[in-house]
Formats: sequence, C-alpha cells, structure tokens
Amino acid sequence: MRIDLEARPSRSLALDIGAPIVALIAAILLGGLVVWLMGKSPTRAFSVYFIEPLLEGWSLQELAVKACPLVLIAIGLSFCFRANLWNIGAEGQFVIGGLVGGWLAIATHDGAYQSVIGGWWILPAMLVLGTLAGALYAMIPALLRVWLGVSEILTSLMLVYVAELILDYLSRGPLRDPKGFNFPQSVTFDDVAHLPYLAEGDRLHAGVILAVLAVLIAAFIFSRTLFGFEVRLVGDAPRAARFAGFSDRWLTIAVFAISGGLAGLAGICEVAGQIGQLQPTISPGYGFTAIIVAFLGRLSPFGILIAGLVLALTYIGGESAQVALKLPNDMTRAFQGLLLMCVLIADAATRYRIRFRLGALA
Amino acid sequence: MTPAILELVLMTIVTAATPLIIAAIGELVTERAGVLNLGVEGMMIVGAALGFAAAYLSGSPLIGALAGMAAGMVLAALFGLLTVGLAINQVAAGLALTIVGVGLSGLLGAGYVGLKRDAPPHLYIPYLSDLPFVGKLVFGQDAFVYGSFVLVAAVAWYLTRTRAGLALRAIGDNHHSAHALGLPVRRTRFLAILFGGACAGMAGAYLSIAYTPFWSPGMTAGRGWIALALVVFSSWRPWRVVLGALLFGGATVLQLHAQAASLGLPGQLLSAVPYLATIAALMVLSIGARRKSAAPAALGQPFVAPR
Repeated sequence: MRIDLEARPSRSLALDIGAPIVALIAAILLGGLVVWLMGKSPTRAFSVYFIEPLLEGWSLQELAVKACPLVLIAIGLSFCFRANLWNIGAEGQFVIGGLVGGWLAIATHDGAYQSVIGGWWILPAMLVLGTLAGALYAMIPALLRVWLGVSEILTSLMLVYVAELILDYLSRGPLRDPKGFNFPQSVTFDDVAHLPYLAEGDRLHAGVILAVLAVLIAAFIFSRTLFGFEVRLVGDAPRAARFAGFSDRWLTIAVFAISGGLAGLAGICEVAGQIGQLQPTISPGYGFTAIIVAFLGRLSPFGILIAGLVLALTYIGGESAQVALKLPNDMTRAFQGLLLMCVLIADAATRYRIRFRLGALA
Repeated sequence: MTPAILELVLMTIVTAATPLIIAAIGELVTERAGVLNLGVEGMMIVGAALGFAAAYLSGSPLIGALAGMAAGMVLAALFGLLTVGLAINQVAAGLALTIVGVGLSGLLGAGYVGLKRDAPPHLYIPYLSDLPFVGKLVFGQDAFVYGSFVLVAAVAWYLTRTRAGLALRAIGDNHHSAHALGLPVRRTRFLAILFGGACAGMAGAYLSIAYTPFWSPGMTAGRGWIALALVVFSSWRPWRVVLGALLFGGATVLQLHAQAASLGLPGQLLSAVPYLATIAALMVLSIGARRKSAAPAALGQPFVAPR
C-alpha cells in the first residue's frame, strides 16, 4: 500500500477547527478499545474520565486548577514551537521555578524578615523569582544552541532529569522541615506565601487568573505585534525572515526565555497554590503533557486554553478511574500520547489530501 | 585497586554500555536515512516490558529478545506511518511515541512487577575465560554483548561498503536528488525506521532480561535519550558509538561506585552525572566541529514527493 499526499491549495477554517475535534473523538474511541481489551467497560470508563468530573462543583474547580499549569506552560511552548524551536524540557523549568520560588517562602517562614515591612511582598517576589528561575534554566539550552549549535532538544530534556534530582536532594536535605519527623518535605508555607483562593474551599487559587492573562497577552502578541510576526515568520519561512533582517539568535533566546519563564511561573503557582510546601516531586508530568496541549490547541492561545481543560480532564478522570475502575495511572499517560498522535494525523489531513493506493511504497 | 576489582568494574562498564550501543546504532541508521526518531525511549521501554514478559513466560531469553524487537518494530511502524506516510513533523511524532510507549509499558508490564528470572548465561570457554584480567572481559560476556559488536560491525560495513548503504546515505543527505535519481526514498526511510525500532526494542529487552534482570516501570531512566545524544556524539559514525557508549557506561558505573563508597557527596548529584556528562559531551563535540555539522543534511525534514 502506498500513501499519496497532495497539498491543499488553501487552508479552510472548518478543517482547522474540525481537525482537533475529530482527533479527540478518534483518541477516545481508541482509548475505549484499550480499556475494553483490558476487560473493563469502555462506556463506564468514558463516563468516569469525561463526564463525571464535569458534574460537581469541586471537580470543576479542580479542573481549572489542573488546567492552570498546563495552559501556562503550553502558551510558552507555542512561542517556541511556532518558531520551530523544540524546548521539550518545560518539566525541568517548571520544577526549578517551583523550587526557587518555594525557597523564598521557606526562608521567610514564621515571620522571618517580615518585622519591618510586613509580609505583603513575599508572594509577588516568589512569583517573580519562580518566573526568572524558569527563564534562566531555559537559557542553558538556548545559549548552547546559539553559541555552539548544540541541539536544544537533547539538552533541554537532559536538564529535566537534573532539575528533578536537584529538587529531590534539596527537599530531602537542606530545605527539609527540621521539625518534620524526617518526612521528606519542607515546612508548610505561611499564609502570606500562599496564593489566595478565589472561591469557597481550598482549591481554586489565583494562579488560574494568571493563566487566563497569559492567554490574552499571547493572543495580543501573536496578532498585533511585530515580535509575534517575527516568531511566526522565522518558523514558517526562515530564509525570508533572514532576508527581512530578523535575528534568529535573539529570537531563540527570547522564545526560550518566554517558555522557560511561563513554565517557572506555572511551577511556583503549583507550589504556592496547590501544594503549599516543597516535596521531592511536584509535578505529575505537566511539562510533557503541555506539549500535547500546545499541539491540540493548534499553537493558538485560545485553542490552548480549551485544550488545557481537556487534558486536565484526563488527569482528574484518570485519578477517579484508578479508584472506580482499578485502571492504572499509565492508562492516562498512554491515552495522552495516543491523543497527540491523533492530533498530528488530523493536522496532516488539514494540510494534505491523503490518498491510499494499492501498490509498492515508493 | 586490585586487578580483580578493576576487571569487575570494566565488566560492569561493558554491560552498562551494551543497551546504549544497541539503541544508538539503530537510531544511527534511521538518522543516516534522514529521519530523526525521538521515540527511542518509548520503543525501548515497551521492548523492556514485553521482552521481560515473553522471557518470563517462555523461559527463553531469546524469545524475550525477539519479543522486545517485535514490540519496538510495531511502534516504529506507527512512527513511520506518521512521518514517512503522512509527512508529519518528526519531533512531534517522536515525542508522541515516547509518551505512548511509557504509558503502554506500564500497562503491559503491570502483571510482572517484582518478578525475577535468571540472567542469560555468560560465555564460558575453559582456560580462556579463566585468564587473569582479560578472561571474563573478552571471553565471559553474554550473547547480547557479543551481538552488539557484531551489529556495529555489520552496520559500519553496510553503510560504507554496500550499494544499498550508499543509497541510504544519499537519501539522508538530499531526498529530492535521491528521488530524482529514482531511489525509493520513502521505502528506504520506512525500513530504516523499522531497523531503529528493532534495535531500540532489543536494547530495552536487554535491560530487563540481562542487565537488572527484572521489570520495573520507568526502568529505562532516560537511556533512550542518551542513545540519541550518542548518535550526535558519534558524528553519525558507527564505531564512535561504541566509544561514546563505553564512556557513558563508565560515567554511570563510576557514579554507582562513588555512591557505594559514600564520599559524602549527595547521591542525587552523582545520579545527575550521566545527564550532565551528556550535555558536556554535546558541547565539546560542537566546539570541536566548529559549526560544520556532520549531521545528514536532510535530517528531520519531511519528504513529500513532487508531482
């Protein structure tokens, strides 16, 4: 069998919007097949994964809280991916952002350094520190690429493992709560170092507002500014961009700073909003799932907002499926990867007419 | 350090390097054909899960290795369908493959966590294997180790001494010219991807059948990514893969020995050594190459036949 590709003359809006939806449906059907093969009821699994989390107030809040880091990171990644740069180490930048921002909360714990000017500055400073730390950590692969031509893909990924080990060491060692009975976790943050809650109960934290803000700002940058145009041009037509005099070195550094910074911000929001202390692991793979979010959202800010909610749903559904159906957590992971594949196939279908022909592959 | 201990250390370095050699040599062929498959980690870990399961059920490490290879090839075929068939971005498709692979391996291996089986036998030749120092190192390894060296030699020979190897390299350097010459660009790439998948799956099977020898979730621990880095490090030349893998194997093993010797350094720092060494190696290589890349010129670019 051979597959012939014929470029579509123009893009159509209906295809652009329809493709990710078809991809999602296809992934759900395939996921259902896997569930059925494992001897569980696919309809029950569908309900647990995709319907039940939407029915209750607390789980809707949980949805927003889980989508927050995904959207923040994916917005940053969309800058990189649009410029055809591959920062796949957002997970590491997330961890470093949470770690450095969280360090400030631990250093100022129990009113330390707060006697003169009070504690109002701590939370903003934590957010800034987390963002800066994430951006700086992303500078390692960016500068190595710009200066030495080292592939950013491999270096950014290697740094994920390094970041996780650093957090593991510090939260078990120097930053551990000395009165914590040797549990590998830091002190619980003071209230001044905690993101405020937006609703009743202790779930929906203010980080969600930051995620929505990031979406709006990114939408503005992409549609209304020269920088946004540069990012798109360097990705789509690098030669044309060079002729236009855009510096791809500067752009590489800029998009890595943006994506690292947003990943770092997501990290400190998770630590200061959701967890409230440092512990050896602070992320269930948000940095990698955000890659799927970015593609499912077709690298557009509002698309990413919706895609972030969809992937957040798989996390929450996955947690309840572990309890309700005894489906392992790996099911969620496999489904997320499957979804990315379906999205990519649907994406190819928007660009090419795909024809299957019998005969040898040439 | 007595010679006996040194021999033991060298032995462990070779066993630590073997999965890296097998996975990297497969990826090298894929990349020489112009395809960047970032799914090595995913194919490797599914190979580890399925390889262990097959070896456990059949009692035969050979069947385990074959099952691991088959698993890697199935995933690679999926990747080939996406990137060669549908001209999808190779980086994105490779990441998807890794995510699917990690999840799938957890599902497949769930029933085998905590089970153990014996590692496959090591070669024993009377007298030769008993030689001091070199005996075990040269004449006392398992079949995977010898197989990996045969594999590297075969790939080196294929790439530089055969017509098909020349065609594969031409396709990896300029697919449009190769297509104009009538070379089967897409078929060659698809087969190269399958070969890469088979190698990655076997490397994973080696980990769970011979190296540990048990299955645990996430056991590849980034080795697939290190194999990818090794291909760059080798400047896409087969024998340099062996050199690089031995260096990385050395870093891993020394790190383990340093942890055991408790030098007062935090264990996490030592665990980070292989990853940091990878970055350092890529840096040194780039400085040495002076921006003149040895990479196949069409690496990572999708090919759509002109009409």
